[in-house]
Amino acid sequence: MHEISLCRSLLSIIEEQAQSNSFERVNKVFLEVGALASVELDALRFGFAAVMKESIAEGAALEIIEIPGRARCGQCDNEVTLQQRFAACPVCGAVALQLEQGDELRIRELEVE
Amino acid sequence: MCIECGCGSDQVRIDEQAHDCGSRRVSVERDLLAENNRYAEANRRRLLQNNTLALNLLSSPGSGKTTLLTRTLAELKQSLPMAVIEGDQQTANDAERIRATGVQAVQINTGKGCHLDAHMVGHALEKLPGLDNGVLFIENVGNLVCPASFDLGEARKVVILSVTEGEDKPLKYPDMFHAADVMLLNKIDLLPYIDFDVDQCIEYARRINSEIEMLQLSATRGDGLDVWYDWINRQREILLSVSVGANLAEPA
Repeated sequence: MHEISLCRSLLSIIEEQAQSNSFERVNKVFLEVGALASVELDALRFGFAAVMKESIAEGAALEIIEIPGRARCGQCDNEVTLQQRFAACPVCGAVALQLEQGDELRIRELEVE
Repeated sequence: MCIECGCGSDQVRIDEQAHDCGSRRVSVERDLLAENNRYAEANRRRLLQNNTLALNLLSSPGSGKTTLLTRTLAELKQSLPMAVIEGDQQTANDAERIRATGVQAVQINTGKGCHLDAHMVGHALEKLPGLDNGVLFIENVGNLVCPASFDLGEARKVVILSVTEGEDKPLKYPDMFHAADVMLLNKIDLLPYIDFDVDQCIEYARRINSEIEMLQLSATRGDGLDVWYDWINRQREILLSVSVGANLAEPA
């Protein structure tokens, strides 16, 4: 359940943004989550609702933008889609994939008032 | 009516920047782990200034981490300054076991948390004396999942796997074995009594992490401990050469 501590980081970023961008209420949080970011989405949603209680983001909607795993093979140079982080290249079988995207865990934007 | 927030019935506008209900969008683009990583870098700098080698010990519960640690402390304490940061959800039992060896330990109880983070470790560091040229062991919460994502500022991640856990753990928990610098295969004194294929286990771990170093030992019987102590000393030498370089590079 490290999703709970990720949500706590999320809340502290939100509170910091509330200061610097002067808003008092968060209606929606747009969060990019890579398919290979070791995050359980159900646990993240559950943790989000729990952690945001009694904060400026209480009741805010969580919009998760899923980013698929993409990698380039260092052996055959093909770009491939990855379901699992440490897989071999599905084209040539080499264990030489360089991750290009899919481990994101990033707040993209907030809808606030 | 706006399906986003329920405002107005006939004024829905597509332009989200000027959404017609008093709300606006704020672009953030911030990484959720960035805060932890910032604390981790501060810990790393502080440890490097004292030439302290920090090892983050990771495993499932019951792998023999604390047994390995207490024996290591007992056998090295004459030759090496050492301290321990002990992470558990509850109880100070492990810190008490550590203190019984005469080595200083700080217990962190994470409560519901399933891992240590760099902020907690930073506060624990404040309670420990400077270990000049010594070793700090950070015993993480027993868990092969979450601690893999949290940098604590350590120099090396050490994953401990006991032979009673099954040889496919590296495939089941790949993040952890990918993040680790060395894998200690513990409880090898039990190999005659159980069905565990050492070569297969090593092959699985290398499939996830081709660079991972591999040591086999028994913390209770003592097999392989000299190799483990050599490994620790080698990491200290590497750290020392890095820290001398870093201190030279630092502006006056």
